[in-house]
Amino acid sequence: MSNDVRPLSLNVPEPGCRPGDTPDFSDFEIPRAGAVGRPPIDVDPDEIRDMAFSIVRVLNKEGEAVGEWAGALSVDELHEGLRHMLILRAFDARMLTAQRQGKTSFYMQHLGEEAVSCAFSRAMQPGDMNFPTYRQAGLLIARDYPMVTMMNQIFSNAEDPLHGRQLPIMYSSKEHGFFSISGNLGTQFVQSVGWAMASAISGDTRIAAGWIGDGSTAESDFHAAMVFASTYKAPVVLNIVNNQWAISTFQGIARGGVGTFAARGHGFGIASVRVDGNDYLAVHAVAKWACERARRGHGPTLIEHVTYRAGGHSTSDDPSAYRSRREAAAWPLGDPIERLKQHLITIGAWSDERHAQAEAEVMDEVITAQKTAEAVGTLASGKQPSPRDMFEGVYETMPPHLIRQRQEAGF
Amino acid sequence: MARMTMIEAVREAHDVAMEADERVVVFGEDVGYFGGVFRCTAGLQAKYGSSRCFDAPINEAGIVGSAIGMAAYGLKPVIEIQFADYVYPAFDQIVSEAARLRHRSNGDFTCPIVIRMPTGGGIFGGQTHSQSPEGLFTHVSGLKVAMPSNPRDAKGLLLAAIADPDPVIFLEPKRLYNGPFDGHHDKPLVSWKDHPLGDVPDGDEVVSLGKAAIRREGSDVTVLAYGTMVYVAQAAAEESGVDAEVIDLRTLIPLDLDAITGSVRKTGRCVIVHEATRTSGFGAELMSLVQESCFYHLEAPMIRVTGWDTPYPHAQEWEYFPGPTRVAEALKKVMED
Repeated sequence: MSNDVRPLSLNVPEPGCRPGDTPDFSDFEIPRAGAVGRPPIDVDPDEIRDMAFSIVRVLNKEGEAVGEWAGALSVDELHEGLRHMLILRAFDARMLTAQRQGKTSFYMQHLGEEAVSCAFSRAMQPGDMNFPTYRQAGLLIARDYPMVTMMNQIFSNAEDPLHGRQLPIMYSSKEHGFFSISGNLGTQFVQSVGWAMASAISGDTRIAAGWIGDGSTAESDFHAAMVFASTYKAPVVLNIVNNQWAISTFQGIARGGVGTFAARGHGFGIASVRVDGNDYLAVHAVAKWACERARRGHGPTLIEHVTYRAGGHSTSDDPSAYRSRREAAAWPLGDPIERLKQHLITIGAWSDERHAQAEAEVMDEVITAQKTAEAVGTLASGKQPSPRDMFEGVYETMPPHLIRQRQEAGF
Repeated sequence: MARMTMIEAVREAHDVAMEADERVVVFGEDVGYFGGVFRCTAGLQAKYGSSRCFDAPINEAGIVGSAIGMAAYGLKPVIEIQFADYVYPAFDQIVSEAARLRHRSNGDFTCPIVIRMPTGGGIFGGQTHSQSPEGLFTHVSGLKVAMPSNPRDAKGLLLAAIADPDPVIFLEPKRLYNGPFDGHHDKPLVSWKDHPLGDVPDGDEVVSLGKAAIRREGSDVTVLAYGTMVYVAQAAAEESGVDAEVIDLRTLIPLDLDAITGSVRKTGRCVIVHEATRTSGFGAELMSLVQESCFYHLEAPMIRVTGWDTPYPHAQEWEYFPGPTRVAEALKKVMED
């Protein structure tokens, strides 16, 4: 070995902050609100390469909506958006407690990420299809999917539309443009591209949206989706929700500590944009832009929603084992509900009193829904799906071997 | 009725299905302009356009995953994995998604796709052009698994698979693409053009999934086989002098258990033949089922003649491939027990 060659060493990225450390996001570059312009929907992806390294933001510190991405939503729509986020947060809180009380086996909350799915949902149209992960229930809430039905699924009771077959929160609603959730990560990303290709093959005008987390971008299916979306110019919006954490793994393990997740779109020639995921107005504006791009046949868009997973990964997770308890509070993009609330107050369309009242109303609504669902049953008690249901639906028509097994099981 | 090779029959099935239903789309690696490395989709792109038959990037998970999305939209994708040996990158999409979609969404979404893949050995394909992975799929609830052994069945079964509302793994023994093969590699090739099973009916006549066919009637022993092994078993029966009844299973899931038990109860003996490796292969399932349903009719232990529990070799092709000599020995042995 020559003298100038040193032994190699493995690079294992580490987050800046572990339990007991003081959170420090000073390296995290945040452009001021309004700094990023809004290109035309038929823009050549090459012309907006810088947008993958910046962040589209509308709401400034004072709660004003500024820049070219502002102005797409009416005050009524903003009130509605706030209400959806409040519902999702209250729903999460109640279901978290229900899990602790043994009424269901499992739950995953959206704390801090409410704007992403709630705002995106309002940019889509009936007939479009989302391929969500397990952390986009706002897509259903913002489309007025009945909360009682969601809870029936979570409780696996006799009214569960999935007949007790699926883990809690793995909802499915074709009617509400919400594809059946799978526990296998990344799989739905490429399926969304296929759905969009089908729309194009059929000469339709409907579009699809794929969803994936920062950690799951490391899955092979992420790459498959990007290749297919790029090759066939599928009418799809590919969403990466970068909430900084994949269970205990910080996003640097998936990303390698350089570039951005959005920048991965560049190698595929896909228009790629980063957005402030805690800014309801920005998420909605970028989503609308990307959906319009897809619908008008200008091809796919990759959106990285920059946000923070303020809660535990799931009810089976304790984040204090791997990150600082103070990190969520230190997150520089703040809280999506607080920021929209502040905006509405700034423009004179809201107040602290009205907010408190809205929170109470929303909580009443959620509790009423919960009582209705629990009156049917929970995982622990009440009316549950028939054991016969587990044999149904494996195939459209039950084959002889399953009929024999069902009889053997005594149903 | 026309005399065809299995390749032509597979192509004809695509053509009939695409003509009848515009929701049928066909894609995979080299499937479009070129018409497939085995010519199974030749001419389809020219006839139906590149939005109905097209080339795909070399990404099996992408091919299956995008097909699942298309099926959820309402299309009926018929996709090709170039060799069954290359299906593994798509395994997550097949097992976790295609197979489970109807059940997990309670029918809200379904997955009527057909995944075609050339399979099997006997062609000096070595490790990655010879495998028979059917046992990996028969173990997955929600999938149907079919393997034709002749042009007539290839067309009829493929049409049935395309019409089926659930995902079907369609394994095509590439050794049989141009003619039947009984394992006698030192004898001249026979063409389907000289074989009665090369007569393929016109139109959209299906061969129902879940129905076996008796290829040779016999009274001494029942041989359960599928794909290339059907011809090996027939040859072994003639050469051993054992009056074997050869059943071509055609569909592994759903399985025609009645045809199997009816035959074994008649003969009292059973030999199971497949190219795939032995341990945990589909033969183990067949053996269990026959034991469970025919125990008191059995006059001898069942025997499996299979590929060895090794990766498929190149130079040792004919020592690996379960040929007529090995099958004939098993037939004689089961008669002596």
